Amino acid sequence: MTVGSGLRHAIAGTKKLPMALSDLANPSRFLAVVEPALPWLAGVTALALALGLNQALFVAPDDYQQGATVKIMFLHVPSAWLSMFCWALMSVAALGTLVWRHPLADVAGKAAAPIGAAFTFICLVSGSLWGRPMWGTYWVWDARLTSVLVLFLMYLGVIALWRTVEDPSRAARAAAILTLVGAINLPIIKFSVDWWNTLHQPASVLRLGGPAIHPTILAPLIVMAIAFALLFVTLHLAAMRNEILRRRVRTLRLMQAQAT
Amino acid sequence: MTALSALLLRDLRLAIRVGGGAWMGVLFFLIVVTLVPFAVGPESALLRRIGPAILWLGALLASLLTLDRLFAADQEDGSLDLILMSRAPLELAIVVKALAHWLTSGLPLVVAAPALGIFLDIDSRAMAAVALTLLAGTPALTLFGMIGAALAVTLRRGGLLVPVLILPLTIPVLIFGVAASNAALAGPVPFGTPFTILCALSLASLVIGPVAAAAAFRHAE
Amino acid sequence: MNLGTHAGFILAAYAVAAVVIAALVAWVWFDHRAQTRVLDDLEARGVTRRSERPQPASP
Repeated sequence: MTVGSGLRHAIAGTKKLPMALSDLANPSRFLAVVEPALPWLAGVTALALALGLNQALFVAPDDYQQGATVKIMFLHVPSAWLSMFCWALMSVAALGTLVWRHPLADVAGKAAAPIGAAFTFICLVSGSLWGRPMWGTYWVWDARLTSVLVLFLMYLGVIALWRTVEDPSRAARAAAILTLVGAINLPIIKFSVDWWNTLHQPASVLRLGGPAIHPTILAPLIVMAIAFALLFVTLHLAAMRNEILRRRVRTLRLMQAQAT
Repeated sequence: MTALSALLLRDLRLAIRVGGGAWMGVLFFLIVVTLVPFAVGPESALLRRIGPAILWLGALLASLLTLDRLFAADQEDGSLDLILMSRAPLELAIVVKALAHWLTSGLPLVVAAPALGIFLDIDSRAMAAVALTLLAGTPALTLFGMIGAALAVTLRRGGLLVPVLILPLTIPVLIFGVAASNAALAGPVPFGTPFTILCALSLASLVIGPVAAAAAFRHAE
Repeated sequence: MNLGTHAGFILAAYAVAAVVIAALVAWVWFDHRAQTRVLDDLEARGVTRRSERPQPASP
């Protein structure tokens, strides 16, 4: 009995996998559920974003230290959370590909990568634009920023891997391995970057966190985080749908080529 | 459509396709630039001082990445034989391939360099200088690279042979590229002096590269 | 909405986020259109998946 099926039995036995997940394993059924839901999801996302933007730009007060630039935090922090959540999601999908052999796992992983990379990019750029007025520089090699940059590079690497390997199932397995290695490596990277950073004490004391978050700042942050999360879910499901369609096209084209 | 323009379009399309050189080169450039602060420490005064050098080294290595397989891929699918047999002069065909390579590998690096300069805390005037020197110097990297790529084409396991062959040839380009960048940053030498030498090197490579590469192909038969 | 002295940075940050998100939405949207167009084209040419072919009537 292989490790994979052993694990599968163990997990099925504990009923950890919700029934809905295995129901949606069939791509056609997935499409049937997701396609009608997408417009509604998009609508809710748009509403949430509008609400969040209103909160962030108009309602939230200025920080006593940072002034209005604290509003950049409402972009920076949610995108940071999403970028890490996305890699976690991809890691679960990778396990799904390698261990549980869920048919849609690799679709989920492939679709998530560009979205995660985009959120990481937003995090980096917003952080950079926040840093300039606050600490006088667009970039500084401190532990947190550097770790996010490395995460961004890993996203780009996974995307490159997905697009370089021709065969979808081979690509899926390769990407799954890389994703899991990345997931294991992220704490190691974080730790070593922290260590490297303490070796080279920066000249000025950087307080990226700023003062403890006041409730009037916290509320818009939570709203924006929820809005970003909804945005992620909508985009991810839509990208998964596209990927399923793309694979159908490929199959049909192969069929057509073999028939002639 | 002439044979040469067809060759150019084909090479451009192949490189832009993901898995082709265009995106990988820039990604590698980004990674190299990210690695340097881990090695030398994050102190921005130091990074600013060696910034142009890091960008030039990164661009050089990234260009090499894609030169490796330039002719080998053509040889594998037989198009190299077509190129060698065609009526268009071989030297011109090589120039065309070099053009396609530079447009998809060198030029993206030139565009990416200012963005990466942010990581190295390089000020905008210095970044403009670096970008300009890269613009003038990357064609030389490509053209000299043609020589190594042609020499290595018949070898199945080229490995690091092409970089080993090409890197010594590119040292003058590196020297004057970094010198020009630093001259713009600070330094007594006016920007123009090393920059014109850099341009001269690129023009010289336009002749030396294709002629030598064509000779390499002809002697391989 | 008074964004203070560093308004440019705040606006730039939101603008970049907007552009990136718009690019994501556009990617998803146009990819969907491209795939459905190809699928429709293939179907018009009679290339379909087994499950979508007309099933013979059972006796």
